[in-house]
Amino acid sequence: MLHIINKSPLERSALDSCLRTAGGGAILLIEDAVYAATRGHAAAARIEEALARFAVYALTPDLAARGVADRLIDGVTPVDYGGFVELVAEHPASHSWL
Amino acid sequence: MSNVKKFVFVNRKAPYGTIYALEALEVVLITAAFDQDVSLVFMDDGVYQLKRGQQTQAIENKNFSPVYRALEGYDVEKLYVEREALAARALTEDDLLVPVTVLSSAELGALIDSQDVVLSF
Repeated sequence: MLHIINKSPLERSALDSCLRTAGGGAILLIEDAVYAATRGHAAAARIEEALARFAVYALTPDLAARGVADRLIDGVTPVDYGGFVELVAEHPASHSWL
Repeated sequence: MSNVKKFVFVNRKAPYGTIYALEALEVVLITAAFDQDVSLVFMDDGVYQLKRGQQTQAIENKNFSPVYRALEGYDVEKLYVEREALAARALTEDDLLVPVTVLSSAELGALIDSQDVVLSF
């Protein structure tokens, strides 16, 4: 399962709910969710912990747009739009969290 | 000809603050009309959708909670609720208006993983 999260973890509970329920798979952070994967963020420790169970990706254009591309946590893989498409194609199902 | 897919609808929003809960019900009924395998998950504030005793006259909203009771008539009988979400809101199974299966967060995650299509509301 590919979990797609697009909301800031400080505003919405989607990331926490995903991490609480899903046993593994892949997580793609897009839009405001990319802040979660930046060094020193309040959610960063949860992302680092999640790396043991999940492959974690963050969308580069969204990181760049927010000026945080240089703060990406080690272990989180940056992907461009083509990478986004590949992730969706290689997983049998996607869950876009609201 | 078998074109049946397993659909799970993940409900995470309380009923009247946003339109999501009502919209989810509409899509659930459409999916059921196409004879698909439908499951509903209620987690986070979504568990409030199933709270007994909703009275919406004074907020001038349609009370759509009776629809959850009618789902059985559309062969939608698989309703799953997260135990941790109930506990965090001081709710028990007795507070809910339909029979449900209560699962742990991990069990719910495994259930969602086993589906062909996941739609989040």
